[in-house]
Amino acid sequence: MENRDRLLEVKDLHVSFDTYAGEVKAVRGVDFHVDKGETLAIVGESGCGKSVTAQSIMKLIPMPPGRIKKGSIIFDGKDLVKFTDKQMESVRGREISMIFQDPMTSLNPTMKIGKQIMEGLIKHQNMTKKEAKERAIEMIKLVGIPNPAKRVEQYPHEFSGGMRQRAMIAIALACNPKLLIADEPTTALDVTIQAQILDLMKELQNRLNTSIIMITHDLGVVANIAHRIVVMYAGKIIESGTSDDIFFNPQHPYTWGLLQSVPRLDAANKEKLVPILGQPPDLFKPPVGCPFAARCDYAMPVCKEYYPEKTQISEKHHVHCWLQHEMAPKVKNPIVEGRR
Amino acid sequence: MAQVQLNKDMFKIVGKDVEKSQELVRPSLTYWQDAWRRLKENKLAILSIVMLALLLILSVVGPYMRPYSYDEQDFMSINKPPSAEHWFGTDALGRDIFVRCWMGARVSLFIGFMTAILNFTIGVIYGGVSGYLGGNVDIVMMRIIDIIFSIPQMLWVILLMVVIGQGLHTIIIAFAISGWGGMARLVRGQVLQLKEMEFVLAAKTLGADSWRIITRHLIPNSMGPIIISITFAVPGAIFSEAFLSYIGLGLPLPLASWGTLASDGSKVLLIHPYQLFFPSLLISITMLAFNLLGDGLRDALDPRLRK
Amino acid sequence: MFKYTLKRLGTMILTLWVVVTITFFLMHAIPGDPFTDQKRIPAEILENLKAKYGLDKPLVVQYFTYLKNLLHGDLGMSLKYKNRTVADMLKSGFPVSAQLGLAAGLFGITMGILLGIVAALNHKGFFDYFVILLAILGVSVPNFVFSALFQYWFGVKLGWFPVARWGTPYHVILPAWALGMRMIAFQARMMRTSMLDVLNQDYIKTAKAKGLSKSVVIWRHTIRNAILPIVTILGPTIATLLTGTFVIEKIFAIPGLGKYYIQSIQQRDYTLILGTTVFYSAILIFMIFLVDIAYGLIDPRIRLDR
Repeated sequence: MENRDRLLEVKDLHVSFDTYAGEVKAVRGVDFHVDKGETLAIVGESGCGKSVTAQSIMKLIPMPPGRIKKGSIIFDGKDLVKFTDKQMESVRGREISMIFQDPMTSLNPTMKIGKQIMEGLIKHQNMTKKEAKERAIEMIKLVGIPNPAKRVEQYPHEFSGGMRQRAMIAIALACNPKLLIADEPTTALDVTIQAQILDLMKELQNRLNTSIIMITHDLGVVANIAHRIVVMYAGKIIESGTSDDIFFNPQHPYTWGLLQSVPRLDAANKEKLVPILGQPPDLFKPPVGCPFAARCDYAMPVCKEYYPEKTQISEKHHVHCWLQHEMAPKVKNPIVEGRR
Repeated sequence: MAQVQLNKDMFKIVGKDVEKSQELVRPSLTYWQDAWRRLKENKLAILSIVMLALLLILSVVGPYMRPYSYDEQDFMSINKPPSAEHWFGTDALGRDIFVRCWMGARVSLFIGFMTAILNFTIGVIYGGVSGYLGGNVDIVMMRIIDIIFSIPQMLWVILLMVVIGQGLHTIIIAFAISGWGGMARLVRGQVLQLKEMEFVLAAKTLGADSWRIITRHLIPNSMGPIIISITFAVPGAIFSEAFLSYIGLGLPLPLASWGTLASDGSKVLLIHPYQLFFPSLLISITMLAFNLLGDGLRDALDPRLRK
Repeated sequence: MFKYTLKRLGTMILTLWVVVTITFFLMHAIPGDPFTDQKRIPAEILENLKAKYGLDKPLVVQYFTYLKNLLHGDLGMSLKYKNRTVADMLKSGFPVSAQLGLAAGLFGITMGILLGIVAALNHKGFFDYFVILLAILGVSVPNFVFSALFQYWFGVKLGWFPVARWGTPYHVILPAWALGMRMIAFQARMMRTSMLDVLNQDYIKTAKAKGLSKSVVIWRHTIRNAILPIVTILGPTIATLLTGTFVIEKIFAIPGLGKYYIQSIQQRDYTLILGTTVFYSAILIFMIFLVDIAYGLIDPRIRLDR
């Protein structure tokens, strides 16, 4: 995978919202990248800034009150932060697409499904109505909705939740985008439907070679779809690495906590679910040190004073944690230990 | 993030401090505190409260500020424009318009507030019963409302006024009979919605009885929209009264309301425009104040807008 | 859709019947009879008069006679205008009122919706506040005040339009404007709120994420959905318009239905009051029926839901 081209590179991204109480720093210096054909998962609790990060890439955060304070979003060699609204129009839907969390509210209730797919095609690919419609039927078929010719003539309320999310995927992939951002695409769905949607996304990725950014709070969801995982906490990335790194050799106590709070079905594993106590900090006034310190079993005085620098574990795996410091005591890694 | 002053002591594990993580950085506000904060921020709403207070005070003291009574006719000074003696001028019978305007304010505000209170009472009872009982009772009760209130209130008021005769009390009765539909619908909607909510269910599982659920949960939670609706009901009634007086179905003489004053004034508009000007101005200011206040309250009390 | 229409039609007829019944019995609940105020009528003539209007029969019989006649479009004779039927008077007044109402309605809706859209797109900007102010003024100032102002300013001072009366298109402008003010205010406000609401919906984000231009997002996705609530308040708006015509027609001396209505009230012409009320109700109920049907056509969700 090493020699693949970079598709997206986010550098030192800061996003803030101005509210009545003051500035809420939702994203505070985030770096990550996505290669072509790769799936990157961004994982974290609600409010950790993962959705804001995703929407910033599309520049879909409401501005004002939101604003990108600092940083760059390099997509295909161009910095999207500097793009005007007009320029963004030719990126959205054509180069980068997005699927949202709630398929019940994400489709226009008064427009036929087919038309909603056709819109982007007509705009970006200069298709005629007829061509666009044929392509829309093709797309509906591709995402596994039976009776496509009939379905394009229907309205969203005639679709079930899972079908709507399939339709959303059809809309998003209609123009063959290079990058698909899926913002909690399965959270609002039944568990059985969740698996179907994930399988569909994986299959389509193989077929169309699209890169995917998958935003989720559920590590279970990303396990068999993501190549790499970025863990976010309180507007910062605290650990990132390949899927294997994160699942089998995590280094940050927060990641440990996340993994321990995911129910597992393998019989060998009899360990109890361990909740992460407490709440993430309010980003209205983020703490100066490590934001996780207050909830961390391994917190040290230094954690409350200084934010830990990046430590490279391996080429793709890095973490922000004082436990990596040479002066820090050696602690048992509960994930690695637990597996033995 | 300067890597200075790191020493061994700083690398001792002390563990988590859950309490601290749950410390609230933002000031926490109750529903009413937050509503009040929002309302205070709305300068127009505050200005409206001041205006309404001023109007209320003037309606009490206004008539005593000048040495005339509201029905005192003075044929020596008929249709006099505003002057030092008659601040708002005089009408066709030589009556002082300033005094009449504030007497009118009493009548108009009385009608407004009484109507709002009566509509509120009937509406809350009818809507509350309908929503709380639900089922077929609810369907029938709502169908009745749908039918009766598909005809504009004004037509009912006019009919009722024709039937029961003109007068201050009959106006209020007519408004009360014909105006509670909106409130009943609102209350019923609130009750239905709240009845289904988890916290009411939670209260039920904890063994709270119906009375407690109604007084502690339903009423406080539906107060917001109801207060807003009342705020709009007051000017609505004042407006309707003015309308009725204007078409000759309002108060009998020599009683004055802003409506009758405006009606009288409009007859001589082209010759003595000031006679319409003052009562209209007062109606408009009152309406404006109530509407702005209502808007402010809506913004302040609507929990969906809380962030 | 057919079933939905049929159901609405049934409701419409039921409502109309209830209204007729209530109105009829209310009118006959007035103490005494319509002729008591005409003093010194000899007893015999009174009897004759009563017989002529069918008032000597039991109330229930009168009621069924009234219903029967109503089905044939016969609303009885006016009590005050001898030898004129109520239906005749309605026939002469209605076209005038309808013209006025239509002019005011079209003006009010277009202006209201336009202002609401522009305000929402300029959210928290100068124009937004301007529209809010206008909307509040529009509902705060009674329409007889607007009428008086317009008459005084555009009629007398500037002399641009006739001060009163009816006849040429010029005569329509001032009264229609005065009548439409409230409507503009209501619609602008409603449209603004509705637009802001829709702009916050997820599907607008989806539309933006497709790369559609701002104008397409607004026209195709926002306005169409934002207009739906406007259609639902069209019923009450028409009602406001209707009651508004009473005052406006009186002020501008327009020979419409409203003028007859006010006259009938002032002269206690009970058959005319009854007839006009029934007629107004019928029109309104029919309008609301049309609005409901229109709503079903615009909003695809309605058709299957009921």
